[in-house]
Amino acid sequence: MRSANTYMPYPMRIDAIIDEAPGVRTFTLKFMNNADAEEFSFKAGQFGEYSLFGEGEATFCIASSPTRQGYIECTFRQAGRVTSALARQEVGSVLGFRGPYGNIFPLEEWYGRNILFVAGGIALPPLRSVIWNVLDLRDRFKDVTVLYGARSVADLVYKHELKEWGTRSDMRLVTTVDPGGETAEWQGKVGFVPTVLETLAPGPENTVALVCGPPVMIKYTFPVLEQLGFTADQIYTTLENRMKCGVGKCGRCNVGPVYVCKDGPVFSYRELQSLPAEY
Amino acid sequence: MSTHHGVLSHQNLLKLLSGITAGGMELYAPRKTGQKVFFDHITDVREIAFDPLPTTESPKALLFPRVERLLSFARDGESMRVDDRCADLMPRRVLFGTRPCDAVALQRLAEFFADGIEDMFVGKRREQLVVISLSCAVADADCFCTSAGSGPGDGTGSDILLTASGGERYDMEVLTDRGREVLATFAGLWDEGSPADTSGYLAVVEPLPALAGFGAKLAGAFASTVWKDASLRCLGCGACAYVCPLCSCFDIEDEGTPSKGSRLRCWDSCGFSLFTLHTSGHNPRPTQTERWRQRVMHKFSYMPARFGHAGCVGCGRCSRACPADMNLREQITMLDAGIALQSAP
Repeated sequence: MRSANTYMPYPMRIDAIIDEAPGVRTFTLKFMNNADAEEFSFKAGQFGEYSLFGEGEATFCIASSPTRQGYIECTFRQAGRVTSALARQEVGSVLGFRGPYGNIFPLEEWYGRNILFVAGGIALPPLRSVIWNVLDLRDRFKDVTVLYGARSVADLVYKHELKEWGTRSDMRLVTTVDPGGETAEWQGKVGFVPTVLETLAPGPENTVALVCGPPVMIKYTFPVLEQLGFTADQIYTTLENRMKCGVGKCGRCNVGPVYVCKDGPVFSYRELQSLPAEY
Repeated sequence: MSTHHGVLSHQNLLKLLSGITAGGMELYAPRKTGQKVFFDHITDVREIAFDPLPTTESPKALLFPRVERLLSFARDGESMRVDDRCADLMPRRVLFGTRPCDAVALQRLAEFFADGIEDMFVGKRREQLVVISLSCAVADADCFCTSAGSGPGDGTGSDILLTASGGERYDMEVLTDRGREVLATFAGLWDEGSPADTSGYLAVVEPLPALAGFGAKLAGAFASTVWKDASLRCLGCGACAYVCPLCSCFDIEDEGTPSKGSRLRCWDSCGFSLFTLHTSGHNPRPTQTERWRQRVMHKFSYMPARFGHAGCVGCGRCSRACPADMNLREQITMLDAGIALQSAP
């Protein structure tokens, strides 16, 4: 039986590791107990607390799609104590996972609409969950466009999947790197994400835009979308405030009257506009 | 249940409290350490401090300890043994000597931790806690409970409320079944009473007029320039959060080694510079101005909007504890006036 302890993690084993970019890794995690695997379910947009005993917990989104069952994936950059310890783990190592926490992207409300994804750098993982979710239910959505940018070619994550998305006929992928980040072989665009978005000029009609990236990218992307005619209700993002508990108690992610961990992390731009800009 | 009334002498109160410790229940009550008074585990009722003002630190640690072990782990050969800390939870405890503001705060704190996904550590402790409060006969210049939704004779959150009514005697209100259960064991120590007017024995608390409508004013004051001046003295030491009965922010950290240790949660404060710092280096609240604004907004605007009550009961502890003499009554009055001035046409 599952512990009554709110903070008790599920034990999970690392099934596969992919090196995505310098300092960035993806773990595929499987439940060690069958009962946990059966009980567990999540939806795109949710996150969890990943932990190593003796090191602590770190907050990442679930980067895999809920349509792919039996495992979850997380992608993280090695930066602090916990992520450095995580980066030292090997296939077969055991981690702790608490979750899923937070709200979701309301995908069912978007059936029949065009979906535009705009992502920057290490912020593709939360959208990757939605992208695969949409692709696995492809006939329920109209046009699917992904615009993804990173500082340099090396910093692009999910390189093997970008290749696949680039050759699919049922979606459009546009990749870009910041000026100076390109290589001689680079086939994609060169330019900052908001600038490339401006030239792509996707139409707002019957379209939802999902934007996720570093604060500076978000700041310059929202005005471009508004200029293209997107209303604040058509734009969604996911916030990455510092968190500890994940269940609305520790107070760290409080922004105005909301707790990002339980009222978010997914917010429409309309909702964001009513919050103080403390994210 | 309907309120039950009784009277008991001070001497019999001490006997009753002795009986509680002898009967195997843990008794927590104020104990004096130097000039400071803390709620502590009491085995000899002569150690209880009957100081007239609120204790230095609030009784929140009875529900939400300063440091709490959420789980512990130890490597056992190839496998990891994890103790989820549920087995040794939580003995019945009697908390004596809380003031009405404390009892109100304990109730709000328990409600907060129960909201959404329940924190069972706090929930189980609250279930097991019997609160015997003392009405206030004295208030000081930092108190403002009567303007913060409570008062010196408020029984909210208490199981039993005692009001000293002269001649070493208390009027007793038994407010809950839990309170009645505890008293049932000590039937000979108290007499039946009838509802009495105790208002003459209660403290007169100086009102804080600025608090009326303060939350509504704050709702439009996030971008106001008042915060800079208001926060200049703040050292970011977190003393206000540690003594506050309703500050509930915490950190979770591991202690020990990957082979043996514990996952701990520790009190934290929105006043600390690292509180919201992202790993990337970005900090949504980079200076003490944003942090002080968060403290005030959270308590008096965000919490009322979300939970229907402020994150403050007017106990005055933060004003007494602040090493930079940032007095909350003065702050509220000053902010209220400053915001009103700025929004005037």
